[in-house]
Amino acid sequence: MTAHPPGNGGRLAAIHGWLLLLPAAVLLAAFTHYPAVATFWHSLFTTPRGNRPARFIGADHYRDMLADPIFWTALQNNLVFAAGTILPSIALAMVMALWVNSRISGRSLLRLAYFTPTVLPMIAVANIWLFFYTPDYGLFDQLRGLFGLPAVNWLGSGDTALGAVIVVTVWKEAGFFMIFYLAALQQIPPELGEAAELEGASRWQRFWRVTFPLLMPTTLFVLINATINAFRLVDHLFVMTRGGPDNATSLLLYYIYEVGFKFWDQGYAAALTMVLLALLATVALLKFFWLERKVHYQ
Amino acid sequence: MSETAELSRALVRPIASPAQSSVLADGRIDRILNTLGAWTLGILWLAPLLYAVWTAFHPSAYSTRFELFAPLTLENFRAAWAAAPFPRYFLNTSILVATILAGQLVLGTLAAYAFARFSFPGRDIAFALVLIQLMIMPDVLVVENYRSIHALGLVDTIPAMALPYMASAFGIFLLRQTFKTIPRELEEAARIEGCGTLGILWRVYVPLAKPTYLAYALVSVSHHWNNFLWPLIVTNTVETRPLTVGLAVFAGTDQGIDWAIITAATLLASGPLLIAFLLFQRQFVQSFLRAGIR
Repeated sequence: MTAHPPGNGGRLAAIHGWLLLLPAAVLLAAFTHYPAVATFWHSLFTTPRGNRPARFIGADHYRDMLADPIFWTALQNNLVFAAGTILPSIALAMVMALWVNSRISGRSLLRLAYFTPTVLPMIAVANIWLFFYTPDYGLFDQLRGLFGLPAVNWLGSGDTALGAVIVVTVWKEAGFFMIFYLAALQQIPPELGEAAELEGASRWQRFWRVTFPLLMPTTLFVLINATINAFRLVDHLFVMTRGGPDNATSLLLYYIYEVGFKFWDQGYAAALTMVLLALLATVALLKFFWLERKVHYQ
Repeated sequence: MSETAELSRALVRPIASPAQSSVLADGRIDRILNTLGAWTLGILWLAPLLYAVWTAFHPSAYSTRFELFAPLTLENFRAAWAAAPFPRYFLNTSILVATILAGQLVLGTLAAYAFARFSFPGRDIAFALVLIQLMIMPDVLVVENYRSIHALGLVDTIPAMALPYMASAFGIFLLRQTFKTIPRELEEAARIEGCGTLGILWRVYVPLAKPTYLAYALVSVSHHWNNFLWPLIVTNTVETRPLTVGLAVFAGTDQGIDWAIITAATLLASGPLLIAFLLFQRQFVQSFLRAGIR
């Protein structure tokens, strides 16, 4: 870090460095940093309409938000969605990786099966799942029919719709996260497991005492990604539920889309975006100040 | 290390006492259960795709009836292809994905080189600012980005869909890590031969980072081929709409519930990526692995 070769230190190098960075910096500033700050600024104004320009209203949008039942429903749904997708997809990803990394028969075909949902567009697979969930004709109800069970309107009932959407998300994400665990497992020296085996540890003990702790950095990385995704993935809602029934599957970003681009109330949409940004910032701060210290890196 | 492990394995195995052989039997049951579990999950994971293939290649009468000798047909694909401007959507998506990738590679390479090999005031702060995008992605900033795109007069254009993604923190980070592993001696040698800053980047760093470029390209293409929300917001005509938005419009409108045609359209939209994935599975998985290791 201290001694730089002649070409890369000094004033000329500083100018070259900044010039190289400039194009990316301009676009990053324009489409990531500026909008993050402008969101806050614009959330303090009314939405300009026709000949009425934007008017400063201070915290009014935030006051409206506290009184907006749909906002609270979307936020609550989003927290349930996060809880329902993060842990199951991580646990499944870990199990998948352990299977695919072991000497199981047909493991390359298995790896393919688990990973395939990752390369399919969410909007496309949502169509297929939509059919699975169709009352009477759908695959789920046909299977239930075999056991004489009645049809269920999975996506049309407030009790089951969010769960149905969570299942699709876990299906889509688990295989993607599996890849990171697979990478980590392949870097664990087999001697560690063998040593534990010689000590008489059972497979179960070996997993919890040796493998699981060594996978901790990967788990943290996947956890962060799964958490961000829980607030980012809304594509399937457009096809499967449109946030319904009665907002039972509306998530924060989906509600922002509705307010901003269907009702065209961009001022209020900006205030809602601030909540999303605050949630993501909390995740980032937790990562840097808390989790990062707890995880043991080799 | 590995010799001792080899030795201990060799020592343990031949002298299996009765107690140990029951352990081995347990191991066999264990393995059968694991194989069963793994394959049950595998079939569950493939089921939506298998089902889509079944429905798309059979007349709609067989959409919910599974008979081994049901007649095969390509009629659903023909109907879907005729019912919506899919060729145009394919073209739009291809241009979009190529534009984003080209931008990401050029901007990412330049920025990564600056971060990896130059010292300039404000570098570390700039790097921290870049990493913010890993947490706060353009995907969640759609309201303000629409405002900017509108102000620039770019609504309903392909650049509008591409611009927010062209500077990618992930790409910059990945390339910076790769460039840092390249020995400085190579750079010195090129400098002595008379290469300038960009010459060194082009002749030394870019060729040596090829595997990273390939990995990043696959991840980027599959991500942006599938992207939906932002393109939905900034496009409103057939001339710019990408496949994902086109498919949503197609499935959401007057199709009724002819699942056979909708699944055919779904397979059309996922087809190129899926076929590429099946052909180059190993590279795909390796790329995601490489991109995921930090």
